[in-house]
Amino acid sequence: MRFFFGFIGHSAFQTWAVAENFFKEISGMYYLTRATFYCTFIEPFRGKPNKWKPVWTQMEEVGVKSTTIVFLVSFLIGVILAFQTASQLARLGALDFVGALVGVSITRELGPLMTALVMAGRVGAAFTAEMGTMKVSDEILALETMALNPVKFLITPRFIAILVMLPCLTIMADAMGILGGFMIGVTTLGIDPIAYFDRSVEAMVVKDVVTGLIKSSVFAVIIVMVGSYMAFIIEGGAEKVGENTRTAVVVSMILIIIADLIFTSLFFFVT
Amino acid sequence: MIKVNNLRKTFGEEDKKVIVLDDFNAHFEAGQITSILGGSGSGKSTVLKHLIGVYQPDSGEIIIDGDPMVGANREGLVRIRKKFGVMFQSGALFNSLTVEDNVALPLREHTDLNETTILIMVKMKLEMVGLRGAEHLKPSQLSGGMIKRIALARAIALDPKIVFYDEPSAGLDPISIGVIDKLIVDLSKKMRITSVVVTHEIPSAMRISDKIIMLYKGKIIAAGSPEEIRNSEDPRVQQFINGSPDGPIPFSKSQKDYGEELKEMRFS
Ligand SMILES: Nc1ncnc2c1ncn2[C@@H]1O[C@H](COP(=O)(O)OP(=O)(O)OP(=O)(O)O)[C@@H](O)[C@H]1O
Ligand SMILES: [Mg+2]
Repeated sequence: MRFFFGFIGHSAFQTWAVAENFFKEISGMYYLTRATFYCTFIEPFRGKPNKWKPVWTQMEEVGVKSTTIVFLVSFLIGVILAFQTASQLARLGALDFVGALVGVSITRELGPLMTALVMAGRVGAAFTAEMGTMKVSDEILALETMALNPVKFLITPRFIAILVMLPCLTIMADAMGILGGFMIGVTTLGIDPIAYFDRSVEAMVVKDVVTGLIKSSVFAVIIVMVGSYMAFIIEGGAEKVGENTRTAVVVSMILIIIADLIFTSLFFFVT
Repeated sequence: MIKVNNLRKTFGEEDKKVIVLDDFNAHFEAGQITSILGGSGSGKSTVLKHLIGVYQPDSGEIIIDGDPMVGANREGLVRIRKKFGVMFQSGALFNSLTVEDNVALPLREHTDLNETTILIMVKMKLEMVGLRGAEHLKPSQLSGGMIKRIALARAIALDPKIVFYDEPSAGLDPISIGVIDKLIVDLSKKMRITSVVVTHEIPSAMRISDKIIMLYKGKIIAAGSPEEIRNSEDPRVQQFINGSPDGPIPFSKSQKDYGEELKEMRFS
């Protein structure tokens, strides 16, 4: 009996410790995010203009270099969706609606989500690894002692870059996914191109694309803030960089999915 | 130039509290080289981190060039930090930037000079550390000694009144140590820079310092000119200077009694 209560007490205590830790991390991330918003949106209007060169560099790093993988993934998703839905729809004699289904699911959900997940793996990991290495080699400390704000210097360019690039990539991913579905639809599945196009246009609405873009900017904030936070809290050596890079990717993927769920239910109930 | 009064710093919570600095008082005079000496774990780096405003002390005050550092707000901290340069132990050069950009960074961020002037100033600083011609190399292409010299060039880019050196000679060969020592002395004599050197290289500290502060377990055990330190009666100072393993400074780092600690362990 004593053991039993001891066990309960022990695990309750542990759970509490985990929860406490969790809230500490959340509040840390909140403060970093606030500082980043301040440095990005408010400080430039108080006489300390932004430098744009690092932003361009990051945009190329974040956006331009990610196009290939984003295109490939979303094109293939479009293809897969077309195949998967075709057999079901054919049974209902509604093969023409493959286009509508692919279009709606890509613009509403899969385009923004898959792009964000791919970017969390590609770019979020790079953020943590880069800045984490700077942290362990005292470069961030050096910035601070040179009276330069590491948030403004390191996070702001990445923040702006991904906030602009992720929605752009999402639009392109939407287009590629629809193209993928279309190619399979009109060739392998033998759907009439005109019918495919008409059904798609009927079903898709601009609002879906716009909400997709809103979602993707939230995902962008998640990716860059989790990546940066995980880098800035590193204490110790190189092994910590690897560990925190992995954590950053996992955490941002989970947060992206949770945010997506919240958005979806919001849109579901509100509109 | 720098006054430190009754600085005290502890790490950890209630029962696991360790006192890392206890009643640290020092006065770093303008234009002089002051070395902080001490064994591993004596608190040298901790003192330095307080001086550059990275740690907040539990109590005590630090006044740099008339400006109080402890409790300074963001603007205050920025103002104070522009008065000094820091040369880090690892150099802490920005690996993604060339040598030129590294040295130019403080100039680009804190001054309104045009690009040509900045490049000329960078060249001057590199000439001072004897590495003109390395402008377009990346830090990964430099040797350890070169990295420290570039780090020094970056630390003096804004012509600060004060330069802090963290272990400037750690991990270098005797000749490179000599070079760095000469640079520190030259800077302080020619440009009247106040230098604070954290080190455990006794010979080099004896050579370059105007004043030496010796730390042991977070307390100052001796302070004075190199001559005074060498002639100190304190056996701990003598042991450190002579580097003998036996003496009043124990081999074990633990603050607790060994027997006590064993007794406290519960075997289950
Ligand atoms: N962030 C910290 N948290 C807890 N303890 C710390 C922290 N930083 C330093 N200490 C402790 O403070 C003591 C002094 O550390 P410090 O780094 O100042 O030593 P040091 O004199 O620079 O040694 P070394 O020559 O090896 O660099 C050590 O016992 C160390 O364990
Ligand atoms: Mg140290």
